[in-house]
Amino acid sequence: MSIVITVNQLSKQYRIGHADEITNVRESLVKLLTLSFLRDRQREETIWALRDVSFSIERGETLGIIGRNGAGKSTLLKILSRITSPTSGTVKVDGNVAALLEVGTGFHQELTGRENIFMNGSILGMSKKEVGQKLDAIIEFSGVEKFLDTPIKRYSSGMRLRLGFAVAAHLNPDILIVDEVLAVGDAAFQKKCLNAMENMRAGARTVLFVSHNLAAVENLCQRCIWIDGGQIRMDGESRDVIQAYMGSVTGGQSAVSDLQNAENRKGNGKIRFCKVEFLSRDGEAQGIICAGDPVVMRFHYAASEPIAHPSIGFRIYTDMGTLVTETSTWHHGIAIPLLEPGEGYLDLEIGCLNLMPARYSMSLWITDMTGTFVYDNIEHGVTLEVEKANIYQSGRDLDSRCGIVFFPQKWDLSGTLASGQGTGKHPPSQREPLAL
Amino acid sequence: MGIDYFKEIWRYRELLYFFAWREIKLRYRQAAFGAAWAVIQPLFGMVLFTFVFGRMARMPSDGIPYPIFSYCGLVPWTYFSNVLGMASSSLTVNSSLIENVYFPRMFLPAGMALAGLLDFAVGSVFLVGLMVYYHVRASWALLLSPLVILIMILLTIGVSLLLAALNVRYRDVKHAVPFLIQVWMFATPIIYPASLVPERYRPFLALNPCWGIVNGFRACLFPGLPFDMKLMATSMAMAVVVFLVGANYFYRAEKSFADVI
Repeated sequence: MSIVITVNQLSKQYRIGHADEITNVRESLVKLLTLSFLRDRQREETIWALRDVSFSIERGETLGIIGRNGAGKSTLLKILSRITSPTSGTVKVDGNVAALLEVGTGFHQELTGRENIFMNGSILGMSKKEVGQKLDAIIEFSGVEKFLDTPIKRYSSGMRLRLGFAVAAHLNPDILIVDEVLAVGDAAFQKKCLNAMENMRAGARTVLFVSHNLAAVENLCQRCIWIDGGQIRMDGESRDVIQAYMGSVTGGQSAVSDLQNAENRKGNGKIRFCKVEFLSRDGEAQGIICAGDPVVMRFHYAASEPIAHPSIGFRIYTDMGTLVTETSTWHHGIAIPLLEPGEGYLDLEIGCLNLMPARYSMSLWITDMTGTFVYDNIEHGVTLEVEKANIYQSGRDLDSRCGIVFFPQKWDLSGTLASGQGTGKHPPSQREPLAL
Repeated sequence: MGIDYFKEIWRYRELLYFFAWREIKLRYRQAAFGAAWAVIQPLFGMVLFTFVFGRMARMPSDGIPYPIFSYCGLVPWTYFSNVLGMASSSLTVNSSLIENVYFPRMFLPAGMALAGLLDFAVGSVFLVGLMVYYHVRASWALLLSPLVILIMILLTIGVSLLLAALNVRYRDVKHAVPFLIQVWMFATPIIYPASLVPERYRPFLALNPCWGIVNGFRACLFPGLPFDMKLMATSMAMAVVVFLVGANYFYRAEKSFADVI
């Protein structure tokens, strides 16, 4: 196997300047006349987006890159695709690189679908001849043949996306770099895209893939690099790296939410939430909350004076802001005649957390019984991270593309004429790129 | 600037045509007059200047009818100033391209210079019509016009590269460009003949490469005017210097475009 990408001690420093904040005319004239804008550099702060990153990739390898937002993944891809240059260190690349950091790069609203195919293909490094040869295939893949001679400003965002990915899927580089393009689009289209990438991988092409879709990373990549704070935290087999990554993400975030310094807080504060804990049924702090797990939510409060007839409740929202559910002691008809001053907690037991894997936020409140008088109200103060789980015991992951909630359920095939009666399950060995 | 840099440019050369093609497509899309604008712009200037300077101020024009005298200077000038205006913002307008994909960055301003040539050609064809109308007989000097055009393109690309790269870091450029174009126009003998300028100032004005370009154009078309080889050589040298300065600044600045834009 030959090495196609060698990254050696790569670092990238960004300036986050305050030099340009002058908005008033007099100050800017002074600055202009004294030419001080040429000397202002030292006031700027710098951050290291990447620090001493080294690794190499072999031909035909598919490498996944994971990490939190702002960890340096995108910076790494931008350097590898030569969009920006490193502050220090070297990158050696052997072969053509095509980078898909965005779908439909270079699309212009006023140009037609067909014109944009040529423009986009050319920007991504295809020759006009090559695009011409693949035009039919691209058009078919996109599924927008009827609107090919319409300016894309009349396209829906979905159509634009399909057109963009159709061009990208027909690129023929030695090395393909893909960033998070699959985060958009409907489930059927995402599946199509993943299949296209699977085909590229089969074609002995080297692929670098950055995504938050950990299931897709695990399916597509044998090897995975986890980047944290601009450095490589782990480099190894995808399964191991993803597991370690998930452990770190959830361990820190979900078990306890400290609310002492919560923002977006309202109310007179005579009683306040201190923290929310997520516990397992036997009272242990739960590091990872998986879809379908039983969970106990423990709401800690501190009251500075006696509170009569309070109602305590919360809402759960998706990260798109959709309200999933609202509940409170008032909804349950529970009367709390008096809370004594001091600290205490309430537990809410949930037998089966039937939320699809995703990130949710919670808003909490303590009001009087009628809900008109607010003691404490925190908007989106608690993050609830629900991890993927083998929900239906089928070996298939479900995620946010399958919706927001699921219900405990069971298929019954006894009324069908299906042969080979049994559990009705496929053998788990039959591998599918995505369970949809 | 190694050989690889030029290899890269060669490998991507089709993209240059695509940028120019896109610019042309977009410029006249949804415009009722379409490509006629390429003529309307210098023509309107000609009518205006003929009225104000030719008729009212009785500006001399080296024995050539004032309309064709000014139009002849306005065609290359329109090319130069239009390209400058568009090229200087070509990088910032396409910031999402620069942030998301690699390609030789100079193709964006250079594509504008290439696209502008279409307008220049249309304007020139109209100029031929004017020459027929005014019974101007072309001479062998016309054969020198490709050289003048070459100098014009070289200068235009050079200034475009400089302004486009500067505009990425200092958005002030956007505001300064119309001003620059205006001053530059009056420093070039477009609406007045070079012969109007006192002899002792001419060596300084010759440092403005547009001076040689406009003069050269007239000398190519009107047999009565001498073709000043010394002036042409100065303009050519200046254009080369401007191009090298622009290209060098661009080359050094382009590495950080994606970070600053």
